[in-house]
Amino acid sequence: MIGTQAAPPPRPRRPLARALLPDAVRNAPLLATAGLGVAVLVLIPLGYLVVRAFERGTDTFAAHVFRERTFDLLLRSLTLAAAVTLACVVIGVLAAWLVVRSNLPFRGVFAVLFTLPLAIPSYVAGFTWISAWPGLAGFPGAFLVLTLVSYPYVLLPVMAALRSTDPALEEVSRSLGHGPVRTFLLVTLRQARPAALAGALLVALYVLSDFGAVALMRYEAFTVGIYTSYRASFDRTPAAVLGCVLVLLAVIITVAERRARGKAALTGQARVGAGAARQPDIVPLRRARPLALLGSVGLLAVALGVPLASLGRWLVSGASAQVDVGRLLSATWTTVQVSALGAALTVLLALPVGVLVTRYRGSFSRGIELASYAGHALPGITVGLALVFLGVRVVPGLYQELPMLVLAYAVLFLPLAVGAVRTGIAASPVRLEEVSRSLGKGTTITRLRVTLPLAAPGIAAGAALVFLTAAKELPATLLLRPTGSSTLATELWTLTEVVAYGAAAPYGAMLILIAAVPSVVLGHKLRSRGRDSEAGG
Amino acid sequence: MTRQAFRRLGAVAFAAALFVVLVACGTDVTGDTGEQAAEEGGGQSTLTIYSGRNEELVGGILEHLEDTTGYEIEVRYGDSAELAAQLLEEGDRTDADLFFSQNAGALGALREAGMLRELPERTLEVAPERFRASDGTWVGTSARARVVVYDPDQVDVDDVPGSIDELVDETWEGEVGYAPSNASWQSFVTALRVLDGEQAARDWLMDFRANEPEAFESNTPILEAVDSGEIALGLINHYYHQAWVTERGAGAVNAERHHPDGGDALGLVNVAGVGVLDTSEAPEAAVHAIDFLLSGTAQQYFADETAEYPMRQDVTSTRHELGELDELPGPDIDLSRLSTLDDTLELLRDVGLSS
Repeated sequence: MIGTQAAPPPRPRRPLARALLPDAVRNAPLLATAGLGVAVLVLIPLGYLVVRAFERGTDTFAAHVFRERTFDLLLRSLTLAAAVTLACVVIGVLAAWLVVRSNLPFRGVFAVLFTLPLAIPSYVAGFTWISAWPGLAGFPGAFLVLTLVSYPYVLLPVMAALRSTDPALEEVSRSLGHGPVRTFLLVTLRQARPAALAGALLVALYVLSDFGAVALMRYEAFTVGIYTSYRASFDRTPAAVLGCVLVLLAVIITVAERRARGKAALTGQARVGAGAARQPDIVPLRRARPLALLGSVGLLAVALGVPLASLGRWLVSGASAQVDVGRLLSATWTTVQVSALGAALTVLLALPVGVLVTRYRGSFSRGIELASYAGHALPGITVGLALVFLGVRVVPGLYQELPMLVLAYAVLFLPLAVGAVRTGIAASPVRLEEVSRSLGKGTTITRLRVTLPLAAPGIAAGAALVFLTAAKELPATLLLRPTGSSTLATELWTLTEVVAYGAAAPYGAMLILIAAVPSVVLGHKLRSRGRDSEAGG
Repeated sequence: MTRQAFRRLGAVAFAAALFVVLVACGTDVTGDTGEQAAEEGGGQSTLTIYSGRNEELVGGILEHLEDTTGYEIEVRYGDSAELAAQLLEEGDRTDADLFFSQNAGALGALREAGMLRELPERTLEVAPERFRASDGTWVGTSARARVVVYDPDQVDVDDVPGSIDELVDETWEGEVGYAPSNASWQSFVTALRVLDGEQAARDWLMDFRANEPEAFESNTPILEAVDSGEIALGLINHYYHQAWVTERGAGAVNAERHHPDGGDALGLVNVAGVGVLDTSEAPEAAVHAIDFLLSGTAQQYFADETAEYPMRQDVTSTRHELGELDELPGPDIDLSRLSTLDDTLELLRDVGLSS
């Protein structure tokens, strides 16, 4: 049997030890080691979960997994994730197309405003809706709130993709007699597909891990099951078992997304390079223009208007409540600091992963990328407790100190940065790196002086996304912050818990303001990147 | 080099510089612990308190504790259950000396894990027996009562339900407000199970549900709805109503409260409490801190600031009309038995009242 197969000739000549090593390890040992290190770091929570889930034996584990309630929770979370993801893709792609490729009036303003819901924490949005319309409790409310806060995860990459795709294909389509709608469906959508799928993955994982919105809407999703286990029975085993299932789910979804995305994402139709940029055509909306405008305003009214209006009402009602300016500023500064450090570390960890998956494709790189997504599907409390468990045993000196909190953000939000960095690096031509090396520069120098600057926009986008997400993070922050220090999110929690909404309003407003800065920059930059390039080149 | 390349390099350089600055400033946040180390070197006691009670509620009295005792106090605020989970993960390596909990359940979880130290009798006996652990590992610091608030325009004071059976009378169809996700409502249901048994609790919940109660997000909206006459009755904790009355003046609040006197779960009196971690390196100081929380000063603070019932008989609120704790007609129940919340949640799910 074996003799009949044609073996690839070069293989047998390699020394066995080398042949066993993945390409990435052989060709870039330093990078591969760094990637491996990142994978180990972000798999810490998973290790903890396994320890906790199996501490009472496999029987207990199986008993918790195979019961109706677990199945119910799973079904509810999956239904919600599927519905929200679908809605986010539809809204995100349409909105991105409108602001990048149509003649929608004020599309520059819309581009920025559309990204702003990213700045609104799901628990603030959830609270706003449920207090105004208690009838929304359950699936409708959870679906609405999560869709409104997470569609920008699709919008942003699709905006970038539409901005940088080659208009030539659309021109071909039109020259073949296809109308604008057919061209949109056949060509534009296809070009945006990898970006939309990457965004969809982030949305799906985010929905699985969110606790704030589902808890407020009293929709019993997986994370509610996990929290209930801590809160109701003070039992960490069922929570860990559910956490393991959640990680498994995340792996399945991530693999599925990669299959669906295919090779398009990595090679991409995205032509890069500043000089070659060509402004894509603007498609006239004609009669659909008022409808598009109405839709855009409507989206903003529900996604931004509703939460901001209720925040405004709190501010007014709390005007009499004294605002402790010192406390507000101190919380603001801490928030900026921990979020910026979190963003910096996350991007730093995302760099080797991003380079590996774009430049050294193979199962090794794929495995590391997959690992980097594990933490994103877990609720903050699980990752927080994992680091409590480990921190207090392994690095007691750092426990409840700043580095531990920053590490938690990195574990939780690494995929946000990996996605952006990957896109950034994929968009910088390999040839420039080859030129650099042909000029006698080493690989590391080339990476630092050629790859990194070229990928800078992607890296900056990743950092911005992590920054604003970390600023909103609550459960892990509560567990890991240095004793006595507070962020805007923890202060907001403290005050809303005692129903002091007036006093809480300034913290909510400040949090949204701080998170809005990076999202405005993201929205503005991604929309106008092509134009910048033309001006610069 | 193009302008754009310059800009990109500039952005990277800026990010790097920002990182350095932030790391340098990072020492600000952790500066506290530097002082702490210095204090320990100096031989003065530092007490670390994990507080599941909100900073807005107890921040003032914990500062007072620092001034009075001279101990360096570090407080870590969080949700009671999540702090309990954190303490369980930290195990014997925890820095915490005291756990100040919003409810008896979280303290019970630590007690079961053997993480709490037995308190001296002298400390325990300040609180009435039903408001402390039977094995002396924790003691209540203040109490809260479940009450029925009603709209006097719609309901005569004599007709206000005083027992669970009266509450499910068909008169009140669509007129009762409750907060399904609220911890105090869930404690009430747990008490119902503990006092009357699983089947009776299930039957009662079915009756309650059949009466089409109105679900609210939390206690305050219930109070608002009763106050405006939107619904006739509401199930809340006493201090929400009392805080309103004190804030606005008795004349400005329409809703009134009634303490159910049927001796069943409807009038449950629950407790916030405190325990000392077994691993505390300063157990005497920790007990001293508990003594302070049970002292006249602190008890007066709870009675005045949080409108809760003090543990001490000799303390009367100067701001709120509270009445006497031992005159509350609540049920006779071992509070540590309220820790079976998971069974309660399952029952509520079964009955269809959890959402």
